[in-house]
Amino acid sequence: MADEKIAVYFCDCGTNIAGKVDVGEVVKWAAEQPNVTVAREYKYMCSDPGQDLIKTDIKELGVTRVVVAACSPTMHEPTFRKAAADGGLNPFLLQMANVREHCSWVTEDPVEATEKAKRILSAQIHRLPFNEALQPIEVPVNPDVMVVGAGIAGIEAALKLADAGKKVFVVERDPSIGGHMAMFDKTFPTLDCSACILTPKMSALGKHPNITLMAYSEVTEVSGYVGNFKVKVRKKARYVDTDKCTGCAACTEACVVQKVRSEFDVGLGYRPAIYIPFPQAVPLKATIDPAKCLTLSKGKCAKQSCVPACGPGAIDFEQQDEQVELDVGAIIMATGFELFDCKREARYGYGRLANVITSLEFERLSNASGPTGGHIVMKNGEAPKSVAILHCVGSRDENYQEFCSRVCCMYSLKFAHLIKEHLPETEVYELYIDMRAYGKGYEEFYKRLMDEGVHFIRGRAAEVSDVAIAPEEEGRLVVKAEDTLLGIMRRLPVDMVILSAGLSPRRDAKEVAQTFGFGCSANGFYLERHPKLEPASTMTDGVFLAGACQYPKDIPDAVAQAGAAAAGALTFVNNPTVKVEPTISYIDPEKCSGCHICVGLCPHAAIQFNAEKEVAEVIEAACKGCGVCVAACGSNVPQQRGYLDKQIFAEIEGALAL
Amino acid sequence: MSTDFEPRIIGFLCRWCSYNGADLAGTSRMKYLPNMVPIRTNCSGRVDPTHVLKALAEGADGVLIAGCHPGDCHYINGNYRTAGRYPLMEKLLEQLGLEHGRVRLEWISAAEGDKFAKTVTEFTEQIRALGPLDWGKQFEAEEAKTA
Repeated sequence: MADEKIAVYFCDCGTNIAGKVDVGEVVKWAAEQPNVTVAREYKYMCSDPGQDLIKTDIKELGVTRVVVAACSPTMHEPTFRKAAADGGLNPFLLQMANVREHCSWVTEDPVEATEKAKRILSAQIHRLPFNEALQPIEVPVNPDVMVVGAGIAGIEAALKLADAGKKVFVVERDPSIGGHMAMFDKTFPTLDCSACILTPKMSALGKHPNITLMAYSEVTEVSGYVGNFKVKVRKKARYVDTDKCTGCAACTEACVVQKVRSEFDVGLGYRPAIYIPFPQAVPLKATIDPAKCLTLSKGKCAKQSCVPACGPGAIDFEQQDEQVELDVGAIIMATGFELFDCKREARYGYGRLANVITSLEFERLSNASGPTGGHIVMKNGEAPKSVAILHCVGSRDENYQEFCSRVCCMYSLKFAHLIKEHLPETEVYELYIDMRAYGKGYEEFYKRLMDEGVHFIRGRAAEVSDVAIAPEEEGRLVVKAEDTLLGIMRRLPVDMVILSAGLSPRRDAKEVAQTFGFGCSANGFYLERHPKLEPASTMTDGVFLAGACQYPKDIPDAVAQAGAAAAGALTFVNNPTVKVEPTISYIDPEKCSGCHICVGLCPHAAIQFNAEKEVAEVIEAACKGCGVCVAACGSNVPQQRGYLDKQIFAEIEGALAL
Repeated sequence: MSTDFEPRIIGFLCRWCSYNGADLAGTSRMKYLPNMVPIRTNCSGRVDPTHVLKALAEGADGVLIAGCHPGDCHYINGNYRTAGRYPLMEKLLEQLGLEHGRVRLEWISAAEGDKFAKTVTEFTEQIRALGPLDWGKQFEAEEAKTA
C-alpha cells in the first residue's frame, strides 16, 4: 500500500474550473502529496488526448491508482473508468474529485475555491490506497418490457419495442388506451384530425402479436432491478367477461342508468353505467361502473336489462379484481398529465359561470364525435357571437404553477381557427402574456391566424364576471384585462370564455414515482436523469420516461421522447446480460456473531441467516449496495465493497488534512 | 470568539438524492460557503455513527448528513434507518459533551439544488457561531491530565 503510485489529473474544463480555481497551484501541491507519482493539468480531460494521458501514464510510469479532479462522477466517471481499464488498470482503482459542480461553480472567492479544491482532492488521494480491484457483476436480462400508460407516448413506445421483436406488456389505468390525444379534435398546426392519426396506432397496439394489453389495470408494486424487475399489476374487475364481450354495445343501450357524466366527454355528455368510453376504444370491451350500476352499488336492479341484452352472456356481477405478476427487464413510464384544475383560479368563474369552459371541454365541444356533434354552442344551445380565449390559466403563475405548459398558446390558436371555421361571423379574442410559437410550422400558423381576423390582446385577464355596467354587457360575460400594448384597461363583453388551462402533473405522480423508485422535480413532474442528455431516463437504471409525465409537451415531442425511451429500453433488453456495480456487501463468517441485526434491516431481503453455521450471509444477486447493514453492525463485520470503512475513514482524514 | 474562524465541515451525501442536489446547485451556479467537503455514500443509511465521530475527532467542527426525503429512498427505506439512528447518535454526542447543533441531518432531493446551497451556508454560519471544536485536541489534553 505504501508503494502505490498515484496519478493526479486536474481538468481545467476550459474556464469552468480553471476560471475560478488556481489549477497550477493545486497541481503543484498535489505533486507533493504522499504516494503521488505524477500530477498533471489538462484543458479537457474528457477529450481523447486527455484520456490518453491516463492510459500512457499507467503503461509508462506504472501508475497503480488514478484520481481525476474534474466534473461530477455522475457525468464522467464511466468515461475515465473505461480509460483506466483500456490502460490496463482495474477501473475501480480510479476515483473522481468533483471540483466543478461542488467547487468552482458554487464558490464566489477564487482563493477559497482553490483551497476547497485541494481538500476535495486530498480526500480522494488519501482514499485511493485503500481501493481494491473489483469486477462488475453480470446478471441475466429479461428481454420483456412494460409500458405504463397508453396515451400517444406509451402507445408509440410500445409499438416501437414490439416491432423490434420485444414482448411488451402495456398497463393502462383507464378502460381504453388513447389518453388525452383520443379526446382532442384537431391537432396544431397541421389541423390533422387527432382521432384519425391516433386510432390506427391504437388498433395496431391492440392487435400486435408481441403486445399484451392490460387495460383497466394498475401497477401496485415494483421490485427488482434493471434486467430483472418484478411487477404486481391489479386488473380491475370490469364485471364483463372480456373473452366473451364482442364490443357490440347492446348492453349500453339496454342499461337503465343512462345519465352518468362521461369521463371521455369531460362531463359534457353522458354515458350509461355499463359503457364503452368511445366507439374506437381499444380494447373494445364494455365496463360496468360499480359506483353507478344499481346491481353493484345498491344490490338490486329491477330490470338487469344488460344481462338479456348481451348475446354472448358476458355480464358477470361476481367478477373480482385480479392480481397479475410480471417479470420484465425494463420499464417505460408514460403516465401523462392532467389538466390544471380551473376551479382553483376562482376569478375566472369556472364552475360558477355557465359559459366559462376549459380547453379540454372545448376540444370535446368542437369534436364531431363529441356531445354536441361538433357544434360550438353555449349552454342554451345557441352559437356564441364572441369568444374570449384566456391563455396561461394556472401556468406562468407564481400562485399555481411557475412553469410554462408549452402547448397552450398553440392549442389556443387552433381553437380560434376552429371557431372561425365553424362560425365565421363570431369574434374571437386571444388574451395572451407572450405568444410562444416555437415548433415547426407554429410561427407560420400564428401568422395565418392573424390574417384570419382573430383579435390578439397582450395582457393576462384579470377577471371574468357576469356583472354588467353597460347595455352591451347585459346577459353576457365580461372579461377584464389590461391591454399592455395600448396601456389601457379593457372590458370585453363576450358570450363564451375558454380557459387555456396549463398541464399539471398527475395528482398521484409522487406516489407512482416512489413505487417505481425514482423522484419528481420541484414542479411535480417525473425527474429525468439528466435535463439535457438523458431526458428519457430516470435515476433508476432500466426505467425510462416518455411524454408529458416528464414535463408538458406537445404530440411531436411526446412521440420523439417515446422513441428515445424505447431505444433506451432496447439498449438494456437487447443484451443477454447487464453489468451491475459490484459495490455490494459481504460478511466475513469468521467474524459474524450471528446476532441477526442486519438480517431484518436489509431493505431488499438480501441477507439470510445460515442456521447451521450461525452466521448471516449476503445473497449477492439481491444486494443493491445501500450499505445499511454495514452501518448497523455493532462489530463492523459486514463491509461494502468500494465503500469500506477504511476507505471512508481515509477520505475523512484527507478532507481534514489541510 | 475570533471572527475569522473558518469552520471545517464534512458532508455525507447520498448518491441518489443529495449528491445530485449538490450537483444541481453547481450546474445552476448557485453560490454557497466553501467550508464543507462532500463525501459520497450510496445511501445515507451507510453513514455509520463512527464516521461522524471520526470526522469530529479528525478536526471537523460540524458534520452534515443528507439523504433522500422519506419515501424517496433509492433503497426503499435506507433513509428511515438513518432517521432512526440519528437521534441515538445525537444522544451519544450529547453524552460525549458535544454542543447541540454540530451535527445535522437533512433531506435534500436531486431537484433541490437551492435547498442544498442554503443548507450548507446556513449550517456553516451555525457552526461558525458555535466556534471551533478541536475535539481531537480536547481528548489529547484529557489524556495528558490522566496520564
